[in-house]
Amino acid sequence: MGIAAPKTLFEKIWQKHVVQAKEGFPDVLYIDRHFIHEVTSPQAFSGLHKRGIPVAKPKQTIATADHNIPTKDQHLPIKELLSKKQVDTLIKNCNDFDVELYGIGHEKQGIVHVIGPELGITLPGMTIVCGDSHTSTHGAFGSIAFGIGTSQVEQVLATQSLLQYRAKTMKIEINGTLEKGVVSKDIILFIISKISASGGTGYFVEYCGTAIESLSMEARMTICNMSIEMGARGGMIAPDQTTFDYIKGREFAPKGEAWEEAMAYWKTLKTDEGATYDKVISFDAAEIEPWITYGTNPGMGIGISQNIPDVAVNSTAKDMEKSLGYMGLSKNQALRGKKIDYVFIGSCTNSRIEDLRMVADFVKGKKKANDVNVWIVPGSKKVEAQAIAEGLDQVFKNAGFDLRQPGCSACLAMNEDKVPAGKYCVSTSNRNFEGRQGPGSRTFLVSPLMAAAAAVTGEITDVRKLM
Amino acid sequence: MNKIKSTTVPIPLDNIDTDQIIPARFLKATNREGFGENLFRDWRYDKEDKPVKDFVLNHSTYQGEVLVAGKNFGCGSSREHAAWALADYGFKVVISSFFADIFKSNALNNFILPIQVSDQFLSYLFKAIEKNPKLEVSVDLETQIFSIPDLGMSTNFEINSYKKECLMNGYDDIDYLIALNKEVKTFEETHIYAS
Ligand code: SF4
Repeated sequence: MGIAAPKTLFEKIWQKHVVQAKEGFPDVLYIDRHFIHEVTSPQAFSGLHKRGIPVAKPKQTIATADHNIPTKDQHLPIKELLSKKQVDTLIKNCNDFDVELYGIGHEKQGIVHVIGPELGITLPGMTIVCGDSHTSTHGAFGSIAFGIGTSQVEQVLATQSLLQYRAKTMKIEINGTLEKGVVSKDIILFIISKISASGGTGYFVEYCGTAIESLSMEARMTICNMSIEMGARGGMIAPDQTTFDYIKGREFAPKGEAWEEAMAYWKTLKTDEGATYDKVISFDAAEIEPWITYGTNPGMGIGISQNIPDVAVNSTAKDMEKSLGYMGLSKNQALRGKKIDYVFIGSCTNSRIEDLRMVADFVKGKKKANDVNVWIVPGSKKVEAQAIAEGLDQVFKNAGFDLRQPGCSACLAMNEDKVPAGKYCVSTSNRNFEGRQGPGSRTFLVSPLMAAAAAVTGEITDVRKLM
Repeated sequence: MNKIKSTTVPIPLDNIDTDQIIPARFLKATNREGFGENLFRDWRYDKEDKPVKDFVLNHSTYQGEVLVAGKNFGCGSSREHAAWALADYGFKVVISSFFADIFKSNALNNFILPIQVSDQFLSYLFKAIEKNPKLEVSVDLETQIFSIPDLGMSTNFEINSYKKECLMNGYDDIDYLIALNKEVKTFEETHIYAS
């Protein structure tokens, strides 16, 4: 019995949640919080019905409607029949199984990955899952958070546990200071284009370094959110004073003695000195400029001052040709000055109050370009209320932006918010796949600042030139 | 599932994401059936809903239970609907040189076997199918061998022993987890975040 071997943050949290480890089998991992929504849960609930079993831990299960709901006139019945049926099914299932639902119109409703943190449900050192790949967002609090499929949603509902193989660990370190006009979204778009859309597959990533430590919680969430876009299982950032300050006082955060007990645990949540990762990558923050994607996966990105390359990292000539054909672009072309049709500011990547403030600060006193449609969709009812309380809604209105009601909206275009075929959309969301924002739509992924710059100029613009 | 012998359906593209396998607008269902009709919808049908002639699923030459696809298959969204669509269409095996994590586990939970081969083997396989669209391949789960009998080629593939057992016997994770109820309850007694 020597001294315990040094461990990474990931290993510590994992170990604390292993119910059973057996040679040749995946670990049985205990799940602390389970978020569910209307799209990936109905088939899981039918499974429980069929087996005649209850939800094991209704109090650790949180439901909301977000993916498939309209972002206009939310007080009216949903017009689209299939969407309505899906939302109604969620209401019925939550009723039948005694799960709390923050449905349409509820003051706590919003995109799953926005409401968890803002309500203080997401805490350091937890295991968190949801039938949605961007569950990685919650890793910003120093938790193991990852997306699961519907069969696994059923497993967690039924048993509050999951069978999982432990991922490999990767450390991504970013040191230095960000230039003005460069924000956390640029960091993550930059990383993904350096290591490609599959460069993180099989890994759980821990982000660290001075550039990460200096970020606010909301900015950290943007980074962890997109870990999945490099194929990683999830991403995490060790909790620190910024984390604790953010959590303190939130509705479901521990209070009094429970707070002290939690803090004692949270303070252990950092990678031990000497612990080893399976892979380590470092970057210098000074290398990062406002970043933008040009292709049809998030790994196809460039700095705004650069031109489209011959081939993206880990891609092939054929892949590039197909992507650029779809996007109506060509090699060596610069994106600067490219006319655009839509701007979407929203999604679980960039729809929090800080994102809205950042945009409002920039557009105050400016107007959107004439032939551009600008949708701004808050991530939750709370974000919406806060934006109105701060008068941001007026700023957006004066700029000609269309401020909508909370939901996933044009991030995946399951509702009416679709970008028409062939049109260009500058978007703060996380995926630029073919047809993601509507059949035939063409997406450029950027930061909220870059989106705001595109909105006022009507073309792709280096936001630094306007600051 | 144990042994499969079949012709193949090749899609030699990298990074096929789950939005292509089943576009988001088809995720409104509340049951698991019928997704096969919309598998690869936007590649398979044009705007007027007419079949796109040169897409492989509309080609009578290419049929079978084995889909052969480029690197990083199933990346993107975690939607299990992608696995349901493939299974509903009739695929039992997907061959690629790399699979996205969540897709892999979704596939296995729906009794689709993802077989990872080397980049080199994959490009060889694509060429062989191009030469002979009726090429037969065979999968032996027991011995974990994937082979192209006509060309005398074969390769081993990996699958963890637990999942192999599940596939061979047709049982899944949830049965296993439910049986561990007592262990989970005991764990909860001392765990910080259990209610
Ligand atoms: S905003 Fe987009 S990425 Fe986020 S949960 Fe909704 S659909 Fe998924």
